[in-house]
Amino acid sequence: MIPAVLSVRELRKRYRDTVAVDGVSFEVNRNEIVGLLGPNGAGKTTTINMILGVLEPTSGAIVVDGLDLAKKRSQVLARTNFAAVYAPLPGNLTVLQNLRFFGLIYGVKNLPARIEVLLEQFDLLSFRDTKCGVLSSGEQTRVSLAKALLNNPRLLLLDEPTASLDPSVAREIRVKIRDFAAQGEGGVLWTSHNMYEVADVCHRVLFLSKGKILLEGDPRTLPAEHGKETLEDLFVALAREPLALERV
Amino acid sequence: MVSFRRTLAIPLRQFYLMQGSPARVLPMFAWVAIDMITWGFITKYLNAVSGSGFNFVPSLLGAVLLWDFFVRVMQGVTTAFFEDVWSRNFLNIFATPLSIPEYVGGLMLSSIASGVIGLSVMLVLATAVFGLSFFVYGILLIPYLLVLFVFGIALGVIGCGIVLRLGPASEWLIWPIPALISPLAGVFYPLSTLPAWMRGLARLLPPSYVFESMRGIVLKRAGSPVSLLWAAALDIAFLLLASWFFSYIYHHAVRTGLIARYSAESLS
Repeated sequence: MIPAVLSVRELRKRYRDTVAVDGVSFEVNRNEIVGLLGPNGAGKTTTINMILGVLEPTSGAIVVDGLDLAKKRSQVLARTNFAAVYAPLPGNLTVLQNLRFFGLIYGVKNLPARIEVLLEQFDLLSFRDTKCGVLSSGEQTRVSLAKALLNNPRLLLLDEPTASLDPSVAREIRVKIRDFAAQGEGGVLWTSHNMYEVADVCHRVLFLSKGKILLEGDPRTLPAEHGKETLEDLFVALAREPLALERV
Repeated sequence: MVSFRRTLAIPLRQFYLMQGSPARVLPMFAWVAIDMITWGFITKYLNAVSGSGFNFVPSLLGAVLLWDFFVRVMQGVTTAFFEDVWSRNFLNIFATPLSIPEYVGGLMLSSIASGVIGLSVMLVLATAVFGLSFFVYGILLIPYLLVLFVFGIALGVIGCGIVLRLGPASEWLIWPIPALISPLAGVFYPLSTLPAWMRGLARLLPPSYVFESMRGIVLKRAGSPVSLLWAAALDIAFLLLASWFFSYIYHHAVRTGLIARYSAESLS
């Protein structure tokens, strides 16, 4: 059996009296895109921050590609990458400089060739010497995604990657992420508030509310299983009355 | 295992930033040049009015030069760190395989460049315009520079830890640190000038040994290798303390989520 790209076990984060993530367990498999859904404050970003090693869990384990994050931080993060709308790349460096800088840190082999591939793949060739700060939000998102794929990660974390994009660019991005998941050996954990996008891209979704996973399943069949017409209806129902539905 | 390639990314980033920004390059030359010119003329004036025959150039201008070198090194570390603060880059940089020793090592490498550039400008001006000869200090000039370099690194790393802990606005607590410790370091006067309690504090600062030794050479033509050994020992202690402090603050920031929400400036 092929081991999961990401295995999260009984993950918990407590800030004094507040439990932000409460015993969450899930897996992301190779070639799989998993949607992590939930209302604001549900614990999605907290979970992602813990997987990225910038937030220490109170308890639980995070295993990426068979390596425990708590014990092999550098090795795990060399196999991981991310893009988030709230973490743009430094605006005072050009696209090329940013990719070189992060390429060195991620230990990318044959970096110049890898950068050229990504510049072409994300339609950034004409912006290579442009400072990231002057790019449009759509262009900046493409640069962030190029950086996120620099090391051909086993685990790609995307926190609302299309939040600031127009529908046309968002569709292009979704196609690229689907290609990444289908062709490589990696898996993707994707958060979004756009339920149509989630239903389109994700193979499986996890509904998180108040730090707990309430539901898990195929985004195309899950709404009907719970008497709802669309994934958005299911999301709204869960956000309003999380206790009405149990984890399946 | 520490990766030199990852460490090298930090000074490379600084180089890229310098390339595209005259506002970053100019201060590396301008402030040290202004200091040299100002103090160069002050020493000339003192030479003229004192009438004692004592040459103030090696004691005063030399002291300013060495002190400015220390300041450049310290600011080389903090400025490289502030680049990540200013560009809100913590999440991007700390979610990578880069370890804390590699990151801090990169900050140190960045400071070597800024320190050497500043020192070169000062040497040219002090020597060519005001006739400061470093042969006066002899071979001891090298340990002087090393002691100040290591102390600058240590203080810079402590400054980075403070800003990581207290938030972006606290950088304004870091810029004046050299000015705050200069009275204790005895840059311009012998430590015997200070009251006893200040002398006690001065003895804890490696630069005070450098400047005392330097003045000793200028006045008596004899340095004090023992005092420089003390300075080196204190340097190592400061460097270890700085490494521990930054590592402690970083782990606190990871535990509390401070890195992920750094710009919020929350003291948790």
